Amino acid sequence: MDKKFFRKRTLALVGVFVLLMAINVASAGFVGFNPIKVIGDIPHGIVWMAQNFTPSLESFAKIDTILISLGKTILLSIASSCIAAIFAYMCAVIGSREAGLGGPFPLIIRGIASVFRNIPVVAWAFILMFSFKQSEFTGFLALFLGTFGYLTRCFLESIDEVAGGSVEALRATGAGFAPIVTQAIIPMSITAVISWTLYMIETNIRDATLIGILTGAGIGALFDVYYKSFRYDLAALVILCIVVAVIACEAISNYVRRQII
Amino acid sequence: MTPPLWTERKNTKAFAGEVAAGGVGASVNLDLGEMPQQFRRYSRRGKLKTRKMTKSNTALTITLLVFGALTLYTMLTINYGKVALFDAFMQMLKNLAIMFFQPGLAGHFTAFDVFEGVFITIALSVLTTFIGALIAFVLGLLAAVNLSNRLLANAIKAVMSVFRAVPTILWVLVFTVALGLGAGAAIVGLLFHSIAYLVKAYSECFEEIDTGVLEALRACGASWWQIVFKAVVPEKISQMLSWTFIRFEINFTNAIAVGAIAGAGGIGYQLFLAGSFYFSFREVGLIVYCCLAVAIVLEIIATKLRKRYILHS
Repeated sequence: MDKKFFRKRTLALVGVFVLLMAINVASAGFVGFNPIKVIGDIPHGIVWMAQNFTPSLESFAKIDTILISLGKTILLSIASSCIAAIFAYMCAVIGSREAGLGGPFPLIIRGIASVFRNIPVVAWAFILMFSFKQSEFTGFLALFLGTFGYLTRCFLESIDEVAGGSVEALRATGAGFAPIVTQAIIPMSITAVISWTLYMIETNIRDATLIGILTGAGIGALFDVYYKSFRYDLAALVILCIVVAVIACEAISNYVRRQII
Repeated sequence: MTPPLWTERKNTKAFAGEVAAGGVGASVNLDLGEMPQQFRRYSRRGKLKTRKMTKSNTALTITLLVFGALTLYTMLTINYGKVALFDAFMQMLKNLAIMFFQPGLAGHFTAFDVFEGVFITIALSVLTTFIGALIAFVLGLLAAVNLSNRLLANAIKAVMSVFRAVPTILWVLVFTVALGLGAGAAIVGLLFHSIAYLVKAYSECFEEIDTGVLEALRACGASWWQIVFKAVVPEKISQMLSWTFIRFEINFTNAIAVGAIAGAGGIGYQLFLAGSFYFSFREVGLIVYCCLAVAIVLEIIATKLRKRYILHS
């Protein structure tokens, strides 16, 4: 009996492993990925990067240009996160299962959030670029649309998690929708909202780089210019600045989170 | 019939003063304005205070004000470009309508191309997730404070936060130069964020394990690998798999972006061609629908797994 159990388990484990390996080998063949060659290439690549992809002394002459566009990118991601948070919060309040308007709203809002979240941000960038051309505002809109979908989903979960009991209590006293929102939902969920917004700001600084490459604004565009003109020392300096900015941003938002809770 | 407002206010104020001074019976006339801040339960006008300015409330207000100010400043100084915004907006709506209501092929791709593109992107994300999970498993064990020493764990966590700080697309572009254009660079570039994310998820999982279990096994003389494979993995396997799947979902989205910008192929590259070379909104629509279909299926599975294995554990 025992022997059979262990043999069965071992066979199942081996089976799962073989299946996973088969899927991966098939995928590797399909996309033309040769792991052995890549592993062999990596040391050579790293040596090359250490020689070329490091900021040189003269590249620091451009540091003011880099810092200005990094600053713009950070502001852009803060603005897009905050404005998206306001819209997302309104949608989340309406669509919340515990506290919202009920009826078809929860389903509709969830659907909208899912569609906005899952349309690739690259697709938004292309669509917006065609109408709004290359500008910072285009980048802002692309960030806004992606953030809106993501935050709506997060806020829906936070509100449902937090507001159940107090909403029921207020409803029992005969309070209408507006007092319930202002007296229960907002005070109960505001810390979660700020926490998610801070997280989104961090994420958006990284995403802004991607969108900047497409929409020609901010730090992403600057990286693209240096990268395409083979100024790898400057490109590396840009990456270094982004790393510092993102880590600083993380530290600040952790500090703020500790203060507001 | 109603008393003038000022008498009402005066009465309340006197009452408030009595309460603050130690009960209605005490007839001390205290001026509320002189009371220390922390005892003042009534506002200057004599109303009962419903909100207290605690430290966290102050921090909250300041945070909101700073957010508001920065947003306002950005929206005022941002470069809006040279287009008429309203016309551009209407044009965008028209394009969106074409995209969503008339998706289809316009002669640049065949249906097979799009289908193949979706599978290439899925394959890229499968490979990234699998390789990332293997590496992250080992690093996650070393980054868990209860299975490793604190110095090593903190060092790994610090390296991971640097990995995470560099945007995925920059990792891919850097490795495209170092390794040459193709799937190899895309996968290596995508791996960094995958590993950083999974190491965090796995190590937090491992740190939840009951110290008693580990102590008991150590007392029996179990080796480190025995502890890992007899106690840690069996207990946490479902949570780890859920996190891995959630990462797979994220990797799919990232693989689209990487395909579009770094030329790594897949549906993202076709999206790039349709969106910025052919300007064919019908094809963009079709591709977006394909991405949506895969992404929503993955999202539903990921949400179910998260609810079942991560939140309720």
